[in-house]
Amino acid sequence: MSKILKSLLVSSALVAAPASQAIELEVTHWWTSGGEAAAVSKFADAWNATGNSWLDGAIAGSGGTARPIIISRILGGDPMAATQLNHGRQAEELIEAGLLLDLSDVAEAGGWADIVNPSALLDSCTLDGKIYCVPVNIHSAQWLWLSHAAYENAGLDVPNDWNEFVASAGELQAAGTLPLAMGQQGWQQNLAFGAITIAVAGTEAWREVTVNKNAEVAAGPEYAAVFEAMVNARELASESNVQDWNQATNMVITGTAGAQLMGDWAQGEFAVAGQVEGVDYSCLPGLGLNDILDTGGDAFYFPVNDDPAITAAQKELAALLISPEVQVSFNLAKGSLPVRGDIDMSSANGCMQKGLKILASGGILPSGDMSLSADTQTQIEDLMAQFWSGDMSAADAQDDYAELIAKAD
Amino acid sequence: MTVISDPHIQPTKRPRRLFKNLMAKLASIPMILTALVVFVGGTAWTVVYSFTGSRMLPKTNWVGLDQYERLWNSDRWIISITNLGIYGSCSLVLTLVIGFSLAACLDRKIRFESAFRSIFLYPFALSFVVTGLAWQWILNPDFGVQSVVRGWGWESFVFNPLNDANTVIYGLLIAGLWQGTGLIMCIMLAGLRGIDEDIWKATRVDGIGTIKTYIVVIIPMMRPVFITSLVLIASGIIKLYDLVVAQTGGGPGLASEVPAKYVIEYMFRAQNLGQGFAASTMMLCSVVVILIPWAYLEFGGRKRG
Repeated sequence: MSKILKSLLVSSALVAAPASQAIELEVTHWWTSGGEAAAVSKFADAWNATGNSWLDGAIAGSGGTARPIIISRILGGDPMAATQLNHGRQAEELIEAGLLLDLSDVAEAGGWADIVNPSALLDSCTLDGKIYCVPVNIHSAQWLWLSHAAYENAGLDVPNDWNEFVASAGELQAAGTLPLAMGQQGWQQNLAFGAITIAVAGTEAWREVTVNKNAEVAAGPEYAAVFEAMVNARELASESNVQDWNQATNMVITGTAGAQLMGDWAQGEFAVAGQVEGVDYSCLPGLGLNDILDTGGDAFYFPVNDDPAITAAQKELAALLISPEVQVSFNLAKGSLPVRGDIDMSSANGCMQKGLKILASGGILPSGDMSLSADTQTQIEDLMAQFWSGDMSAADAQDDYAELIAKAD
Repeated sequence: MTVISDPHIQPTKRPRRLFKNLMAKLASIPMILTALVVFVGGTAWTVVYSFTGSRMLPKTNWVGLDQYERLWNSDRWIISITNLGIYGSCSLVLTLVIGFSLAACLDRKIRFESAFRSIFLYPFALSFVVTGLAWQWILNPDFGVQSVVRGWGWESFVFNPLNDANTVIYGLLIAGLWQGTGLIMCIMLAGLRGIDEDIWKATRVDGIGTIKTYIVVIIPMMRPVFITSLVLIASGIIKLYDLVVAQTGGGPGLASEVPAKYVIEYMFRAQNLGQGFAASTMMLCSVVVILIPWAYLEFGGRKRG
């Protein structure tokens, strides 16, 4: 009896010890733009408020720059306490190599299985029944952003979906406005491809190809229509010679371009420019055709550490990141959707409300990151870069795409 | 071997040659080890793992030549190789021609020679990233050369190399030449200064023209200088990466991709080490294919002569 009591006391002392002293955790992420940094400070404030301290390890550049740095630090035996990654298959091999902390007990204690909405987010953190990451937000890519100024200038009504946009493109062009702004980078062109696919081929065909990797569907008539639409979109964007996505968004803001296909992070640019949704610009999730969004986003992973005090603090931080108050303050600052459906987001703006509604109605798809390996994604991006900048025919592009899907793993 | 033929000296003294300059040899051991382990070892490791299906982490699941097959079937790799070929040949010829011409001009005992030398060498002090960004702006049609010329009144003037897939590689070439020729010019100038004044006097006596003297007499005498320049230029070409990243990011589309960028992106962004290793092995092969015949000619020939 006393033995049990003693061991209980000892173990509780072990658990209590780290909480009593401040633990400094280094957290790496690539949120460096104005809005992003403000969002991350919500995390840091919440963590500092618990009496611990947050050592900010921001890595400038996009995920493409930061990921190799983060991964090589984990591999090289100099792990940070926590790090941002996009949930999906990016960390698969790190988990298999036993380099990331198993958070199953935290998840169970917090009841994540019940609160995380959509549940696919948690599935993408799960490998062999164990949970390895905390999803913190949802970003979706299937948005069409329209400039009211451009349409007023051409004397046209602002379109309500992709088909109306394509129909109006001729008149926009006649008015001297570029119909579609497109940054000349593979990932943006791939994003546009994904958005057009979901709008034109529908979710069934998309799921069959991207999730089940069915190359026959990729070579079939639904996707033939997609590539025809892509040739069309390429024509509409042929005069666009900007590179970065925010330069393309800026063309929509200033009204020199009619529209842009970009993820929901674009609304940050509109907000910074002082534009109001519904007055200066419109946003159409699912391109106005399907009430559907994908659920990519960010998650935090916790590399395995030898120090039990740090491990305990890591788990504490994991629980904090998904707590209701932190989720609200973070996502309002970031402009992304929260990962739990049970919190009040009524102060969010119009575009976010649209997204929340779709999320609540269950119109969701897994993101490409979740289904395809980074290798396949890169190859598809290469194909898209080649397609958009050259004069590759729809049939050729479709053949190449089907081949990539057939080889995808 | 006179040591051994001398009967008074013990044969045990023979290993002395090994210990000659012992300290110097000891001191160079770290460098020798580094060269063996890091360069040769790392190269061998890369080549070996290019035959595996390694993804994010190196693994030994052998896949034979699959990575190479995929590499040579990839449009992006073919474009990269072609680009490097165009950039490489143009850059090699133009850098040598421009570098030598500038050096020859400076060598004509002009005024303010050292000022010109500094101006021409200055770009070399910049990193490729700065060069790339600066030239990205200069070649930008909206506020670069094109807009300046249009501002002068020539409204139809078009100069927009970076946004056209067919010309973007020449946009890179301009930036590369601007950065690289200064150094070659300085090396050439040093070579020209090393030519004996009597040679010039002799050609003048023989009534040979200045340009003809340069081509027929001076250039053949500067062979070692040209070899040095060649090695410097060639190594700059094969590792071309940062200029592309800063100036075009490989765009538009895939039009200005280069092999080194393929290697980096497949190793880290695509998390496919095997594919990146296969590509870097091919880069090594291309260097070796050029280097070995050259080394044979250069060093093998000298022994025979």
